[in-house]
Amino acid sequence: MATFSNETTFLFGRLNWDAVPKEPIVWATFVAVAIGGAALLAVLTKYRLWGWLWREWFTSVDHKKIGIMYVVLALIMFVRGFADAVMMRLQQVWAFGGSEGYLNSHHYDQIFTAHGVIMIFFVAMPFITGLMNYVVPLQIGARDVSFPFLNNFSFWMTVGGAIITMVSLFVGEYAQTGWLAFPPLSGIGYSPWVGVDYYIWGLQVAGVGTTLSGINLLVTILKMRAPGMTMMRMPIFTWTSFCANILIVASFPVLTMTLILLTLDRYVGTNFFTNDLGGNPMMYINLIWIWGHPEVYILILPLFGVFSEVTSTFSGKRLFGYSSMVYATVCITVLSYLVWLHHFFTMGSGASVNSFFGITTMIISIPTGAKLFNWLFTMYRGRIRYELPMMWTVAFMLTFVVGGMTGVLLAVPPADFVLHNSLFLIAHFHNVIIGGVLFGLFAAINFWWPKAFGFKLDVFWGKVSFWFWVVGFWVAFMPLYVLGLMGVTRRLRVFDDPDLRIWFAIAAFGAVLIACGIAAMFVQFGVSILRRNRADYRDVTGDPWDGRTLEWATSSPPPDYNFAFNPISHGLDSWWEMKQAGVPRPTAGFMDIHMPRGTGTGVILAALSTVCGLALVWYIWWLAALSFLGIIAVSIAHTFNYNRDYYILVSEVQATEDARTRQLAQGA
Amino acid sequence: MSSTTTDTMGQYWELEPHHHPEGASTSLGFWVYLMSDCLMFAVLFAVFGVLGTSFAAGPGPKDLFDLELVAVNTAMLLLSSITFGFAMLAMAKGDKGGTLRWLAVTLFFGLCFLGIELYEFAHLLHEGAGPQRSGFLSAFFTLVGTHGLHVTFGSIWLITLMVQIMQKGLIPANQRRMACLSMFWHFLDVIWIGVFTFVYLLGMI
Repeated sequence: MATFSNETTFLFGRLNWDAVPKEPIVWATFVAVAIGGAALLAVLTKYRLWGWLWREWFTSVDHKKIGIMYVVLALIMFVRGFADAVMMRLQQVWAFGGSEGYLNSHHYDQIFTAHGVIMIFFVAMPFITGLMNYVVPLQIGARDVSFPFLNNFSFWMTVGGAIITMVSLFVGEYAQTGWLAFPPLSGIGYSPWVGVDYYIWGLQVAGVGTTLSGINLLVTILKMRAPGMTMMRMPIFTWTSFCANILIVASFPVLTMTLILLTLDRYVGTNFFTNDLGGNPMMYINLIWIWGHPEVYILILPLFGVFSEVTSTFSGKRLFGYSSMVYATVCITVLSYLVWLHHFFTMGSGASVNSFFGITTMIISIPTGAKLFNWLFTMYRGRIRYELPMMWTVAFMLTFVVGGMTGVLLAVPPADFVLHNSLFLIAHFHNVIIGGVLFGLFAAINFWWPKAFGFKLDVFWGKVSFWFWVVGFWVAFMPLYVLGLMGVTRRLRVFDDPDLRIWFAIAAFGAVLIACGIAAMFVQFGVSILRRNRADYRDVTGDPWDGRTLEWATSSPPPDYNFAFNPISHGLDSWWEMKQAGVPRPTAGFMDIHMPRGTGTGVILAALSTVCGLALVWYIWWLAALSFLGIIAVSIAHTFNYNRDYYILVSEVQATEDARTRQLAQGA
Repeated sequence: MSSTTTDTMGQYWELEPHHHPEGASTSLGFWVYLMSDCLMFAVLFAVFGVLGTSFAAGPGPKDLFDLELVAVNTAMLLLSSITFGFAMLAMAKGDKGGTLRWLAVTLFFGLCFLGIELYEFAHLLHEGAGPQRSGFLSAFFTLVGTHGLHVTFGSIWLITLMVQIMQKGLIPANQRRMACLSMFWHFLDVIWIGVFTFVYLLGMI
């Protein structure tokens, strides 16, 4: 247990040397991170990449670059989140027969909290936000999002939140409360030091980014669609992204406000969620799940879109039941707000309330089931090509159905009373999040990578990664269903019953398989980058998969302006129709293109917000006030800049398009 | 290139130059933002609904609220909404001076509202009825205080925009900003009507 003190000094608040963790594991990690970080900085400096990074990436408002940066952030955080997972698996298989394992409770409790928070907020969220950012404007034939500066700012706020969360590893501690920080445990009485404060400010800074990015993409989809593209002609991924962004805008404010109330309880001494003076801890649990359940669908809906695009592309058929797919998505969007109480049937709200929420939960499985049949019927009599994205899609269908069915089991209140907070629940949501969200993201990476970088990913290493991942998932999580049915609750650190150990051993072995899958994925990236100029990797056509939607109508990677002329849509699968009609590519008559200009304001504002968050964690009030004033001053100064755009000159457009013409001729 | 292929090309690519109005998405974007902000207030109203009678043996609305003062306060905010409307009308006529004058009047009423609210808060704190006293007072201070913070930021924005109109005049970018601030200001009015009704009036019954 770290020693801590809440005594403050003016200059450093409650920050002092005791805040540095004393544990060798943390020290070793710190040394590794420090060496790795220093090496990275050295390389960047040696090759003089700082200016390039700043100009071309950090300050860019190009939705494609921001999308890629989101995914890079997600991958980095994924490694951290997975390290936490492996530590938990190791501890749980170790701590039998009187052994305490290798993690003390203070450390272990931080790890399961950090694992959940990082995987949801800093892996899954940036991953899907990055994906939507990259693909949606291309699919609707737009040149950028509606608010390009806001997009850059949103990204950097997400990075700021991730930084605050990561700092807690080496300075102070992280929350020991579980990923949703339920009070009264997360109140000042039971969590007196900085852990929960890191949690709060990390999520608040990132949450600003998520909300703004949700507004941005929502408006982009409504306002920036290509001429002729009515709502019912939008590609299905754009539809599911649209619904996910509605959910973001309509649920993240609830999270923000709930965390503000928890903050007030901790910092000001109000009584929202306290046990005494009129507070009500169950109110927090209701509020956080009113955000939390829609969040589940924010994560999965865009991936349903990915699976739809992949299935129809690799079956060489129009998506079966497009309209029913849209209506199913909208149904899920609405229903996701009517089920939050199923997360705590055990609250004691009575049979009628529990029945209502049990039934609404079960109803969600109907539109979801409809989707699954649509995918199957799309494949039926299709000319299926088992490329990597399609493999991930089939693995998803098989895996997700099982996760969905255990979800329906949990939706039955009497069954839930037995399974609540057990490892059965853990197995269920990993089954849908890994089998749905993660498999979908891997399908998406393999599908759109050639679009983003102009070369395909290596198939061999992709298959190695695929099989390790899929088998690893089943080996790692099926034992948790068994353990959950035997009554083992989640978040336990030591065990008495030796009979349980074999199941934890199997699960730990599964984690090892998954680790191989992750390693193979990074090898796949590396190998593909090295071979990117080889003919069998290079994508000169811009349409490597014989695609159907507009993102395949432009070059890979697309030019800054995406499309030299706006495409006009005449139906679903606009690019497919163009190919069928044999529409030639315009090669002359270009015009100047109006584009938004990059700016460093987003980076500066997010950096100030991060400093402000860290200052608030440590009670360094002067710094918090100063950085907050800085945020306001920079924001106001930014509004005095009216010069936010520029023109890509026709000569440059002509040169870019001519280069593409030559490339296409070469490829043909 | 033959004329038929150019025709098909023209059907699928927008070859003619056409003008995208700048800032076309701004008002929709701002609406969506306001709705997300509205949800934050919805949470606060819901919390007040749950905790509104959790007095913890402390003072309740009837012991604390001075309805006449709150009525004056409400009048200040409603008046500021009307005067913002006048500012918008002046802007529609292209009257820069009139716009600035009405904005100044709006700011005056807004600051009066904030002043009276701060006076009320100081009074409550002096009575020992601070936000720490009970769940009811926590919910009260947070709901009313969040609204007050919004008015404060609205006022800072209003001053900034006045300076920008002085510098650049009623250019399209500034007109767009005026439209957004006007929506923001009226939105705060609507929220306040909810606060006045559910917190003050219902509390006094």
